Amino acid sequence: MKAAGLVRGALVAALLLAGSAAGLAALAAGPSLDPARAGPCVEDPKVMRRSHMDFLKHDRDDTVRRGIRGVKHSLSACVDCHANKADGRVLGSDRHFCQGCHAFAAVKLDCFDCHASTARIAPAATAAASLPGAAR
Amino acid sequence: MNPVDKRRREFLGSAAAFAGAMIAPGVFLYDYANAGVSDGASRPRGPAEPASASVRWGMLIDTTKCASGCRECVDACNRENGLPGTTRSTDSQWIRKVDLKDLRTGKALSVPVMCQHCAEPPCVDVCPTGASFKRADGIVLVDRHTCIGCRYCMMACPYKARSFVHEPTTGQKPDVPRGKGCVESCTLCVHKVDRGGTPSCVEACAAAGHGAILFGDLNDPQSEIAKRIREVATAQLRADLRTDNGVRYQGISG
Ligand code: SF4
Repeated sequence: MKAAGLVRGALVAALLLAGSAAGLAALAAGPSLDPARAGPCVEDPKVMRRSHMDFLKHDRDDTVRRGIRGVKHSLSACVDCHANKADGRVLGSDRHFCQGCHAFAAVKLDCFDCHASTARIAPAATAAASLPGAAR
Repeated sequence: MNPVDKRRREFLGSAAAFAGAMIAPGVFLYDYANAGVSDGASRPRGPAEPASASVRWGMLIDTTKCASGCRECVDACNRENGLPGTTRSTDSQWIRKVDLKDLRTGKALSVPVMCQHCAEPPCVDVCPTGASFKRADGIVLVDRHTCIGCRYCMMACPYKARSFVHEPTTGQKPDVPRGKGCVESCTLCVHKVDRGGTPSCVEACAAAGHGAILFGDLNDPQSEIAKRIREVATAQLRADLRTDNGVRYQGISG
């Protein structure tokens, strides 16, 4: 009985491993996104991936309540840099920055129910040098 | 000198010393008291500096210059803030043109009415979440992150200045986020004011040649608006409510 149970367990484990190998590879690669307009980011991308929502939440109060416009983590500035090179947007398809990553992580994204999802700088002026962050 | 006079002198001497007490080298108590009025307004605020209570933004609307039928300020507001500009009963309106007529004298007026940016805003008093708030510089705003759309503030506002967003929004401006389920009203173009600018309605009215709206710091005695309200008779709408509005009207009581 015990031996049979063990064998069954091992079989299930082996099946699971084989099945998820492909999935794991896809996970490691991350979402596939179209090129964005400028970089680098205001923080280390690893930190941003984990904490961008907290940064945004912290700085939004400074802007809305206290009128500080020069915050480091501003959603409009995120959009300006991360907007798709072709159409200047961060939403539209799973290849657009915000939508693509949120779809990949299966996290609901509601910033853009209210906020503009289009870069402030027109797509024609995509000269990377004109974007904040591109200088560094 | 008799003993009473002597004691008086000593008392007055020490009182004077207290009033002029140095808080830090070169900084006196009365400097603090006057700091806001003396220089707060004339100096533009840096991008990292918060709004200051030494400033109080306000507007003066000269009803004798405002033209009946003109909607330049309303249209400019809609453009600046990404409002659709439609006027069904449920659509957002941040500025309304109101036409008034005194039936006894026949005198007619046309005035824009927007959020009056009260010093004692009823909308802030009633808001259950703290979303409706008054900034340090007197601008009354809704923090849409906290607004639950209960619309108490709309009920409380004596000027019907607030609108509720009933439908999903599109075409928002990067500086003016707005969305379904929240209440909104005139922000005095806070995104422009924070960068040293002027509300769009003021600019549009001037560009149309009317120049009926004056914007400025009510706390700065040197500002154009402070000078005008010192010199001419102006009124706050429903002053009996003692909300102490930041928006004032000239020529409204005649
Ligand atoms: S609608 Fe929003 S801002 Fe107005 S009272 Fe309710 S929570 Fe406060």
